[in-house]
Amino acid sequence: MAESVNFAPLHKQMLMNGYQLNHLRELEAESIYVIREVAAQFEKPVLLFSGGKDSIVMFYLARKAFWPARVPFPLMHIDTGHNFAETLEFRDQLMEKTGAKCIVRYVQDTIDEGKVVEETGPGASRNILQTVTLLDAIEEFKFDAAMGGGRRDEEKARAKERFFSHRDVFGQWDPKNQRPELWNLFNGRKKMGEHFRVFPLSNWTEMDVWQYIFMENVEIPKLYFTHEREVFNRDGVWLATAPFMELKKGEVPVVKKVRCRTIGDITNTGLTLSEAHTLEDIIREVAITRTTERGARFDDKRSDTAMEDRKKEGYF
Amino acid sequence: MSDLTDGYLNMQLLRFTTAGSVDDGKSTLIGRLLYDSKAIFEDQLEAIERASERAGAEEVNLALLTDGLRAEREQGITIDVAYRYFATPKRKFIIADTPGHVQYTRNMVTGASTANMAVILVDARHGVLEQTIRHAYIASLLRIPHLLVCVNKMDLVDYSEKIFEDIQTQFNKLAGKLDIQDVRFVPISAKYGDNVVDRSVHMPWYEGPTLMYLLETIHIGSDYNHTLQRFPVQYVIRPQSDKYHDFRGYAGRIASGVFKPGDPVKVMPSGLTSRIKTIEIMDKKLDIAYPPQSVLMTLEDDIDISRGDMIVGENKAPQTGDKIDLMLCWLSETPMRLGGKYYLKHTTNDLRCMVTDVAYKIDINTLDNIYDDKGLSLNEIARVHIKTTKPLYYDSYRINRFTGSLILIDEATNNTVGAGMII
Repeated sequence: MAESVNFAPLHKQMLMNGYQLNHLRELEAESIYVIREVAAQFEKPVLLFSGGKDSIVMFYLARKAFWPARVPFPLMHIDTGHNFAETLEFRDQLMEKTGAKCIVRYVQDTIDEGKVVEETGPGASRNILQTVTLLDAIEEFKFDAAMGGGRRDEEKARAKERFFSHRDVFGQWDPKNQRPELWNLFNGRKKMGEHFRVFPLSNWTEMDVWQYIFMENVEIPKLYFTHEREVFNRDGVWLATAPFMELKKGEVPVVKKVRCRTIGDITNTGLTLSEAHTLEDIIREVAITRTTERGARFDDKRSDTAMEDRKKEGYF
Repeated sequence: MSDLTDGYLNMQLLRFTTAGSVDDGKSTLIGRLLYDSKAIFEDQLEAIERASERAGAEEVNLALLTDGLRAEREQGITIDVAYRYFATPKRKFIIADTPGHVQYTRNMVTGASTANMAVILVDARHGVLEQTIRHAYIASLLRIPHLLVCVNKMDLVDYSEKIFEDIQTQFNKLAGKLDIQDVRFVPISAKYGDNVVDRSVHMPWYEGPTLMYLLETIHIGSDYNHTLQRFPVQYVIRPQSDKYHDFRGYAGRIASGVFKPGDPVKVMPSGLTSRIKTIEIMDKKLDIAYPPQSVLMTLEDDIDISRGDMIVGENKAPQTGDKIDLMLCWLSETPMRLGGKYYLKHTTNDLRCMVTDVAYKIDINTLDNIYDDKGLSLNEIARVHIKTTKPLYYDSYRINRFTGSLILIDEATNNTVGAGMII
C-alpha cells in the first residue's frame, strides 16, 4: 500500500518556528482536548466507528489522548450489512492490534424485528435505516455521548454543528436551539435520557485528514488506494457490483481501476477512477479535485436538505 | 518529498470572524474568498447556480454558498454561527461567520471567542453605523488581537478615495474609545473582487495590501500568552497495567506559558510544589510545550491532583478568590436573575455561583454606561459581580483568554446562558 513513500523528512516538521504549531498539530491538539473532555464529562461515552478514514483518525487521536492508558470507552460499529468486505477485515485487525473493544449492532436485526421496512429496487439503501439501529443501540447501552467523525466542511447542514451537540430524549437535533459554544468551554450537562453527539474533528477538512494520515503514517483500508474492481456506471457515478446491488437496464459491469474517496455502504459509495497508489498520490489528487467528497455520495443527492433532515432525526 | 505535500503540511492556522449586516455584502465577501481561493467545488457551484436560477437571480449569487440551514435559506438570513474553511498555500483559514443584527450579539460573541482576527464590513455608502460600533466593541471586549475593516461596495461610490479616508477617520475616532491594538483598513468590492484576492484596477490611489494578503501575512505567533505558565488538569491518566503500575500522568491543554521538564511548579488550589518530570504525547517525550498543545505531564513528586486543579509556574501564581468582577454577555432569552444561582464552568473546573450585583450595563450602540438598570436580557452586556461556591484561580481576561473566561449555565434547562470575561 504506502510502502514506497519516504516519511523521514516529516519528523523534522513537527513544529514551526518559534512557539507556533502548524495547522495539523493545532487541529490535533483541539481534537484531543475535546475527546478528553468527553471522557471527563460523561458517564458512558462511545466512539462511533465506521471503518472510514475519519473514524480511523478519531480513534487514533483517542489513543493519543489517553496514552499510555487504554482508551476508556468502547467503539461501536453500526453494520448495515452492505459494507465492503475490506472495511470489516480492517476493523477486526485494528481492534486486535490495539486491544480495543468494538460493539457491533446490525441493521439486519432492526429489519428482522420489523422496526423498519427495507427499501427495494435499484437505488435501495440502508443509509436511513441505520439511524434506528443507532438510536436503539444508544438506548440499549445507555450511552450518554456518542463521538462521530463528522466534519463541518462536509456539508452545509454540518457547518453549524457544535463540537458538543445536544440530542433530546428522541435523539433529535434542533438546529435552531443549539447551545452557544465559547472558548474551549464545552457544556455537556443534560437531563435523564438525553444524550450528546460529539464531533472532535469538526474543524478538519478532507485535506487535513489526508495530510494527518500521511504525517502520522496512520494505517487505513486498502480501499482508499487504487485497485481493480468490477463496477458499473449509474447517473455518472461509478458504483461497485455486489450480490445485493440490483442493476438497471443498460447498466453493464466493467472492471476499472478505482479507489474510494469516502467509505460508506456499497450502495451509496461512488468510486473514483484513480491511479493513486500512495498517500502522496492521494493528497495530490485531493488538491486538484474539483468536486466535494460528498458529491459522490448518493445519500446526499436525494434532496437539497437531505443531510439536514436526516440529522434532525438522529443520524450520525 | 514533493513540494506539494511539503508546503501543505506546514501551514499556519488563522481563525477569523466576520461581522456585518445582511446588506453589507458579508456573505458575498465570504463567497468571494472561497471562490477565488478555489475552495468551492464544482458540485457546490452547480448547486448554487440552480438555486440562483430558482430565485430568479441573473448572476450566480455567491452568498447562497454560506446559507446553511433550510430555515435560513427560506428566510434569506443567517441565523447562527456557521464555520467555513479554505486554505491558500500559506495558511489554512477557519471563518466563524456570524450574522450582524443587534439581536445576534450572542452569536458574534460566540464567533469572536476563538478568533485571532475580526473582519468588520462597512458599507462605503453608509460609513460607520451603530452596528459598526457594536462589532468593534465586541472585538475589543473579546480581545481579538487583530481587526480588519473592509470598506465594501466601493464600486457604488465611484471608488472614491475621499470616502474611504473619511470612513477611516470616523472609525479611528471610535477605536480611540476602545481597546484595540491592531486595526487595518482595506477598500474593497466583494461583488467584483476588487482588493479581495487581486489588486483593484479601479483604485490606483490605494497602495496598501489586499484583504487576502493581510489574511495570509498578519503575524499571529504572539497571540498566545507565552509568559504565564498555566496548565489546567483535564483528566488524570492511571493505566494500572503491569508495565505502568505506578504511572500517574496529568492530561490537559496548555492555556498559556512555556513548559519544560525540570521546571518548578505549584499546584492550585493545594499550593503544593514539585518539578515537571516529563512532558509527553503518546510515545514521544517533549523538550518543550506551549499553547495550545494537548499533552500529558508527569511530576517528580506524588501529589494528589485531580481534574479542575491547575499546574502553574512557581513564581507567577494566578489570582485566587470567590468574589469575581467580570464583563458578562447574556446569551439566553430568559433574562438573568439578580441573586440567581448558576452553574459555572471555568477552565476544567465546574462549580456554582450567585450573581450579586450589576455594576453597570453597556449601551453597545453608543458605548455609554447605564447605571440604574439591574436587569440583564438576551444580547446585553454588563459588568457584574459574582460569588462562587469555592475559590477560582484565574487571570484577567485581558492577559489570558483561557484562564480569564467562564460560562454560566442555567440550572433548570442546562443551557449556556452567560459568557464572562474576568476583569
